[in-house]
Amino acid sequence: MSDRRNLFNKVWNLHDVRTLPNDQTQLFIGLHLIHEVTSPQAFEILRDRNLKVAYPNQTVATVDHIVPTSDQSRPFQDGLAEKMMSAIERNCDEFGVKLLNLKDGRQGIVHVVGPEQGLTQPGMTIVCGDSHTSTHGAFGAIAIGIGTSNVAQVLATQTMFLSRPKVRRVVVNGNLAPGVYAKDVILYIIQKLGVQGGVGYAYEYAGTTFDAMSMEERMTVCNMSIEGGARCGYINPDEKTVEYLRGRPSVPTGDEFERAAAWWLTLASGDDAEFDDQVVYNAADIEPTVTWGITPAQSVGVSQPLPNVADCDAGEQTLIKEALDFMGLAEGEPVKGTPIDVAFIGSCTNSRMSDLREAARIVEGHKVADSVKAIVVPGSQLVRQQAMQEGLHEVFETAGFEWREAGCSMCLAMNPDKLQGREVCASSSNRNFKGRQGSPTGRTLLMSPAMVAAAAIEGRVADIREFAGATV
Amino acid sequence: MTNEIKSVNGTGIPLMLDDIDTDRIIPARYLRCVTFDGLGDYAFEDDRQQDPRHPFNQSEFRGASVLVAGRNFGCGSSREHAPQSLMRWGIKAVIAESFAEIFFGNCCSLGVAAVTASRDDLDRLAAAVEAAPPLNIVVCLESLTATAGDLSLSVEMPSSAREALVSGEWDYLGQLLSASCAIREHITTVPYLNAFSA
Repeated sequence: MSDRRNLFNKVWNLHDVRTLPNDQTQLFIGLHLIHEVTSPQAFEILRDRNLKVAYPNQTVATVDHIVPTSDQSRPFQDGLAEKMMSAIERNCDEFGVKLLNLKDGRQGIVHVVGPEQGLTQPGMTIVCGDSHTSTHGAFGAIAIGIGTSNVAQVLATQTMFLSRPKVRRVVVNGNLAPGVYAKDVILYIIQKLGVQGGVGYAYEYAGTTFDAMSMEERMTVCNMSIEGGARCGYINPDEKTVEYLRGRPSVPTGDEFERAAAWWLTLASGDDAEFDDQVVYNAADIEPTVTWGITPAQSVGVSQPLPNVADCDAGEQTLIKEALDFMGLAEGEPVKGTPIDVAFIGSCTNSRMSDLREAARIVEGHKVADSVKAIVVPGSQLVRQQAMQEGLHEVFETAGFEWREAGCSMCLAMNPDKLQGREVCASSSNRNFKGRQGSPTGRTLLMSPAMVAAAAIEGRVADIREFAGATV
Repeated sequence: MTNEIKSVNGTGIPLMLDDIDTDRIIPARYLRCVTFDGLGDYAFEDDRQQDPRHPFNQSEFRGASVLVAGRNFGCGSSREHAPQSLMRWGIKAVIAESFAEIFFGNCCSLGVAAVTASRDDLDRLAAAVEAAPPLNIVVCLESLTATAGDLSLSVEMPSSAREALVSGEWDYLGQLLSASCAIREHITTVPYLNAFSA
């Protein structure tokens, strides 16, 4: 039995409308984010049952998955994408839901937009029909991805049934070495705990390493909780959380903000908080990390070789062989030096200002290798605008990157941005599943945006710590 | 009630790979749709194209309704399109070593019985299905067993999900709506909906 003093249980209890005899809690949802891919069928369910959106002010929509990042003129060239855009426009209009559409200026990846607008706040329950909703846990919220039937339930009632998960405290202490980023920390955690290790758990990320991270870095960590099997991951709110939110459009002002901030800070797990499980790691053990396989746990430090199949657990060998075959990589070989064809900087994991600034710092003064197609896709229109004010687009374009409009893009390739054939992509996104980036045989190597930038220039996986000219 | 699902009775199809993600079950390009109609045609589309021996390509498994699967089945994306595509292909029950949580929840919403069994039992069941297709499997949610020929194994399912299927009360929307008064009252206790004064 968890102690209620950890943040997760405090926030859960606050939203418990009723708990059924079978242990299912009807949980009130404070913020419902929707997008064009997983909502149309949910609105159809409402129409079929003659239901309204119960609390339209608690729902905000944007468009991200299918939007083209080059030519955004309407109708879209892809008729199916156009149909989905029309559907969300009609649904939001008819049901009274605010839509941050392409011409709005605030459109972007739903998990970038929520925090940016201050919609995401500590102490909330947040759901979205997207597994990377865990991102919002960076603010000390319970944030989980849901399916379309759940989307309909939340639209119609602002609640859903959930079983309370256990809470595992994932502690990382110490300073990250130069060239090691939040992305490397979460890839390391997933490598250690496995892609299924978090099933049945919420992850609380705690320790001095996370304390020292910016809010954007914390979002990168929480974003990939689901890749470790944890539907939700969070970090306790602190003064950084408060200062990030101060002045954002959807956050209260004046005395109300001060009351909010005071309350947010009370939610943090106390020093004596209890957890169902705890693991502890040292930041010093983490190096720039690269995936080599077809699950996000199949990764190595960039200086390390790929595993030898015979050295792995018997139960893992089939999957490792399947991964090596698909990737066309040999066991025992170094990951460094693996040639790439495409470099993608973007996605809800790594498309925020700090990601773009760091990548731009690496590429400045260099050229993308001739054999590499490189694209930068900012996470939102506001990120894009800010980056352009800082001149980052010129740094990228001068180096040979394409500078695109905001969206999910090549993370899951529902828009025209796709790998071709067996291309290998160095990607700042979150999933290296078979076929994830749009070509059934395309291959993905996950890494930090800085490492993607270095790979783009070298034309192969490089160690950012040795990268020519970069002072990391 | 007509929605009661006390058991699933049908032929099996084996897919004993681990960490099968929802992108593999239904590639993202098939999510460009506003209904779930027709998704059954594309279940495991890319895996099938690359592997002629993929079980979903084999005529002897056509018409199967019980999928026998490995560890962490349905990991990754929250897309309900994944269980929708399996369901529309004909799958009514999945017996796996374990499930990813969002996928499991989506199965519950759709009335697809997602039960777990031990790896050893699953390996035996998969071998039996492969050896003599079509092999009928009965997944009984009341006795929590799966039987196929002389093989009988125990299966598990969280009690809330099992009771919902067996009683036919897996229309969660209806149950949630029945608490609308309690929801309205609850809102008055949520600090961020009451100017942080609640």
